[in-house]
Amino acid sequence: MNAKQQTQAVIEVNNLETYYGQRKILDGMDFQVDQGEIRVIMGGSGSGKSTLLWYILGLYKPDGGTIKVLGQDINQISFNDHLKLKQNIGVAFQSGALFSSMSVGDNVAFPLREFTDLDENTIRIITRMKLEVVNLGGFHKLMPSQLSGGMIKRAALARAIVMDPRLLIFDEPSAGLDPVVASEIDDLILSLRDTTGVSVVVVTHELDSAFKIADRITVLDQGKNLLTASVEEVKQSKNKRIMDLLQRRSRHDKLDPEDYLRRLTQENYTLS
Amino acid sequence: MDNELIQFEKDDKHCVLFVQGDVDLSNSSQLRKTILSALKTSPEVAVHLSQVSYIDSSGIAALVEGLQYANSHDKRFYLKNLSPHVQSIIELARLDQVFTIET
Repeated sequence: MNAKQQTQAVIEVNNLETYYGQRKILDGMDFQVDQGEIRVIMGGSGSGKSTLLWYILGLYKPDGGTIKVLGQDINQISFNDHLKLKQNIGVAFQSGALFSSMSVGDNVAFPLREFTDLDENTIRIITRMKLEVVNLGGFHKLMPSQLSGGMIKRAALARAIVMDPRLLIFDEPSAGLDPVVASEIDDLILSLRDTTGVSVVVVTHELDSAFKIADRITVLDQGKNLLTASVEEVKQSKNKRIMDLLQRRSRHDKLDPEDYLRRLTQENYTLS
Repeated sequence: MDNELIQFEKDDKHCVLFVQGDVDLSNSSQLRKTILSALKTSPEVAVHLSQVSYIDSSGIAALVEGLQYANSHDKRFYLKNLSPHVQSIIELARLDQVFTIET
């Protein structure tokens, strides 16, 4: 742990309540992420995964509860302090969200040009260094439309880390990627955490990815934190909701051939 | 120059910079200027990094700019005694294959 890091929690969400119209989306959500931790958030559609990220990023005001990010209550700090705070948070959304009219290099350099006084030579070096980190060295002149899905995700990752953030937030970093490329993204996330000590929050549906990178997994259900536990504890959970979630089995899990055959063939098969 | 971030020893042919503490956006331009200034007056510049507890990308960029200047002006520029943090950051960007690093 270096001097820039502290032992405090990087995210502290307490009793968060949010509504979409009359519908309650997050219902007394508690969620805490420690410094240097990789936390994976899982849950079915509508469980509140993305909503939780939006509120942590301060995109909306909560209807109840508190959210502290890097020690600051994001609904109490000034606009300028929130702007500074956001410079310590790297975000990569599912789509990559690159600016289509800018080259890959300009996309990655964007936060440096927006938030620092660094000269162009330094910005160029940092930008290309980050592209090297994500294995896109030499691709800075390409436009986003010229990139594959995996390359777009990696370019978005390069932009997310360009400011050396203390917290990285990824929404479905490996969705839609083939297993080899998805595994490369996982390795990159692990390598970044191990090298820089950055804290990482990842929303994913991919069980292989979650089990590979998570220090702890948080399972959301109907706007609540159903369980936060280690990978092994989640795998062994007897909670029906969690077992249902894990029914989307990892490809590397060993199958019980007889049970599998029953699932395929028995008319009245139900989960035991 | 004698300050908290960088101290140096110099003779006719060598300049050795000793960097300590945190190198980040607030002081990396100082590191960059000191390196370039040393390279203008010495044929050989070494940067000791054993006492660097944190270096961000702008600090690494300052080191790259030093190497860029040295290579284009026929000077020798190398890093010495990397702290574990500096070592890991340099390896992450695969710059260990670019810099001359001595222990």
